[in-house]
This record gives sequence, structure tokens and C-alpha cells, in this order.
Amino acid sequence: MRTPISYFLIVSGLLFSIGTIGVLVRRNALVIFMSVELQLNAVNLSLVAFSRMHNDLNGQVLAFFSMVVAAAEVVVGLAIIVTVFRARRTASVDDANVLRG
Amino acid sequence: MPLDNVVFWVFAPICIGSAIAMLFQRNAVHAALLLIVNFFTIAVFYLVLGASFLFAVQIVVYAGAIMVLFLFVIMLLGVDRHESLVEQIRGQRVIGITLGVGLALELFFAIRAGVGLSAEAPANFDEVANRGGNAVALSRLLFRSYFFPFEVTSILLIIAAVAVMVLAARPRPRPAAADTRDHEILPERAGGPSGPETHEREPEPAR
Repeated sequence: MRTPISYFLIVSGLLFSIGTIGVLVRRNALVIFMSVELQLNAVNLSLVAFSRMHNDLNGQVLAFFSMVVAAAEVVVGLAIIVTVFRARRTASVDDANVLRG
Repeated sequence: MPLDNVVFWVFAPICIGSAIAMLFQRNAVHAALLLIVNFFTIAVFYLVLGASFLFAVQIVVYAGAIMVLFLFVIMLLGVDRHESLVEQIRGQRVIGITLGVGLALELFFAIRAGVGLSAEAPANFDEVANRGGNAVALSRLLFRSYFFPFEVTSILLIIAAVAVMVLAARPRPRPAAADTRDHEILPERAGGPSGPETHEREPEPAR
């Protein structure tokens, strides 16, 4: 393989930053959640890239576990969004302000 | 030019481009579709990096199951809702983008300092780490060294399934005595005790 590993790491870092911008800027709870998924995938990519670099499969196992946990997290997060929508009739994070001080 | 280099330079722009397009997409369904494109390109990167099992898992679990779940919830909540462009915190958008770009630069310099920009991968990955094939080698590691964490994830998935059932279950219509107490807590629902079908059709309360 001739592609330097750092290229994959840079792509992963860019994806993570784009996900961060999405979380900070967007107001729709679903799109924010998708940006969190993007961040998780960016970290998985860097784990697999490091696994390739160190010639060791432990990084891939860690990425596998992170996928399992992400699947559970997505299911619970979407259920929370649906519940908030049912109570407040909105999917915007600005309107969920009952606990505002 | 080696083949993996070609694959990288074809798919990296698609990957970054679909992520940025997702960021600026107003329609949530379009954002979800662009995210599926992004997950596919990440799966291709896994293949290039010698993780063929994770390539399959990425497509089946992420691009398949999770994004279908996302699209299902988007359709459930209604797709024609537009995001309000009023900033609740002044300058939030500018600050957020500045911080994100700063994070990207910081990660770039961290990679340059820690790994170096031309770090070559070892050539004998398939002989050393992937001995006997990626799936075989991965399962050997998973079921020997990581057997207990693997079992714990099954408990985690069961807990998640039960939690979703508890969270998403529609509260069953209660007797009137219990409902009056509810009105004090949630005054918006004062439209009267209604069954689950009519409750969903309730107009948006004025705020």
C-alpha cells in the first residue's frame, strides 16, 4: 500500500471537524444527531487507519465495539427525539427550553 | 500510480464533499441521503485499509440499518418542517464555524507532529495481522481476548431495546383521576383527556 496513513487520518480529522460544525450550527435535532454519527465514523476511520499503521488488529476490534455501541446509542437517541417531539411538537433544539433557568 | 492511491484520491473528495453538503442541506431527508454516501466512502476506505469485515459491517449496519432508522424517524416527524434561522445566541453560527475550522487545523498539525505526513504503512499487513483472512483473524481476537466485552455488548443491546420500548411506548389512556393531576404538570395538555388517536392530532398549543 503506497498511500500514506496520514492521509486517512487527515480525512478523518476533517470529517470530525465537519461533524463538530454541524453539532454547533444546526438546530434540527435529527441533523445534529446525524452530525454526531459523522463524528463517530470519523473516529472509527482513524482507529482502522492506526490499526493498519501498527500492523495490529486491536484497533479494528475497538472500531467494531464502537459500532455496536453507536447502534444502541442511535436507537435510544431517536426514541428520545420522538418522545420530545410528541411532548413539544417540535424537533428543534431551541424550542426544548422547559428547563431554562 | 498504485491502485489504492487512485481509490483514495477518487473517494476522499466524495467523502469530504458529501459531509460538507450534508452540513448545508436544509432538507433533513437530503442530509440523510448524503450521509449514506459518506458512509459508503468510509466503507471503501476500510477496504483499502485491509479491514474487509468492517467494510461489510459498515455497509450493513450504518448505511443500511441506522440510516433507514433515521429516514423512518424523519418521515415520522414530518419532512416539511423548516429550520428557523433565528440565532438564539448571537453570532453562534460564526463562532461555531470558526471553532470547527480551528479544530480541523489543530488536528492537522497534531497529525503532522505525531505521525508525520508521509508515514508509510507496513507492507506485510495481510501476512501478519490478517493471517488467514481478515474475518478469521478478527474473530480469533474477538472470541479470545475480547470475549467478556463482547458478551457485555449483548447486555447493552438488550438494555437499549428495553429502553426504547419504555421511551417510545405511547402512554395508555389513564382514568380521569390520574389525568387531572397531569394537567397541573403539563398545562399545555389541558385540552382534556383524550385517547391516543385524537391526542396525536392535537393542534400546536400557542406559546
